[in-house]
Amino acid sequence: MSDPRGPREISLTVNGQGKTLRAYPMERLLDVLRQHLKLTGSKEGCGEGECGACAVIVDGALVNSCLVPVLQVQNSTIVTIEGMAQSSRLSPLQKSFLDCGGAQCGICTPGMILAAHHLLSRVPRPSPEEIREALAGNLCRCTGYAQICEGVANAANREVLG
Amino acid sequence: MRADPVDYELLAPGNLPDVLSLLAHEPETWLPIAGGTDLMVLYASGRLSQKKLVSLWNLPELRFIDVADDEIRIGAGCTYTDIRNHPTIVHEFSLLTTAARWTGSIANQNRGTLGGNIVNASPAADSLPALLIYEADLILVSARGERRVLYTTFHTGYKSSVLAPDELIRAICLPRHFANHISYSRKVGARNAQAISKVCLAALGKLDRDTVTDVRIAIGSVAPVPLRLRSTEDALKGKAIDSHAIATARSNAIAEIQPIDDIRSTAAYRAAVAGNLVVEFLNALRESITRP
Repeated sequence: MSDPRGPREISLTVNGQGKTLRAYPMERLLDVLRQHLKLTGSKEGCGEGECGACAVIVDGALVNSCLVPVLQVQNSTIVTIEGMAQSSRLSPLQKSFLDCGGAQCGICTPGMILAAHHLLSRVPRPSPEEIREALAGNLCRCTGYAQICEGVANAANREVLG
Repeated sequence: MRADPVDYELLAPGNLPDVLSLLAHEPETWLPIAGGTDLMVLYASGRLSQKKLVSLWNLPELRFIDVADDEIRIGAGCTYTDIRNHPTIVHEFSLLTTAARWTGSIANQNRGTLGGNIVNASPAADSLPALLIYEADLILVSARGERRVLYTTFHTGYKSSVLAPDELIRAICLPRHFANHISYSRKVGARNAQAISKVCLAALGKLDRDTVTDVRIAIGSVAPVPLRLRSTEDALKGKAIDSHAIATARSNAIAEIQPIDDIRSTAAYRAAVAGNLVVEFLNALRESITRP
């Protein structure tokens, strides 16, 4: 049996690609994404689950990756901001954020996009109240939030229209 | 100082018997971790003194919701999202689904578990007053077997409980006889999402004409443990719900709580708000007479 204190082999599917790496079981998913896999789109804001800058989707559920020990996502399917765009083409949601001024300094944007994507995948036509609740765990210090909520609402309308 | 993952062990046996056997053979050595929404904060800041952890996340034996005729059993590993999405809980235990909606954010609700909230035993935990109101029982499990305890007897003081070192909470059981009560809950904090409560109240009541036949009031953040206001309740039972009874309930409630000054609020503010919330609840209960 391998040393329980040593690194472990971890297998993940990240943005559709199978990955195998060695990491200590208590390494945070955020650090594994950024340091092992060089996916630096997910940001560290507060490091205590309050700001949402590190939010990613694990097996269909939005989570704060700073609060997840990597052993707990063994064999999971993960989507990060790098998995949102199709090669160089932005997703409709990303485009809508840009059109509405929902992205400014950019630190909160990856988490905002994933929280909004998670909402739209469950509720294709969210009410303004549902948009605000879905994004309440993501802090932004640039936009004042109105442009972000507008970006989500416009993306929802656009997908329905066409 | 930030924690170094090299210093920590984490095991994920993936089934309950193996977790229990680990806890039985080396009690007080292994710290159970479920969704990590509390423990990972301590860990990241270098304040988690226990270095050996065992994962309960997604154990099938802890993540289930069973609906029987007389009670609903919620596995301790169910997340707040599991609770918000369950139709019977939404319909019959709205105080619990409301508390789940107030806890953290969507991302935290997808990871935080009801069992974790109980064991972490924060006096400010949003879901605990609802469990007091619904007269929950807890099923505790260890390698020695299972036992059932009243939730009202679980917390024995600030962050202490009757849970033995080799035990886990397996399920939370709620009796199904509250569907026809009037329910009320309110969280007072800086904001609903993320913010920890300054005061959080959950209550149920039932009237026969204007006479109170049943009333239950529980408050968080005003004592070392979430508190059921038994004296306030007893003084209301069998009485007409009028202005005098409501004013008395307000002063009884303030006498029954033990709020403190801390970073989130002051004792004086908490007492005033607790009294006001009791009044708001009883006014809503009184108004329910005139509504069909």
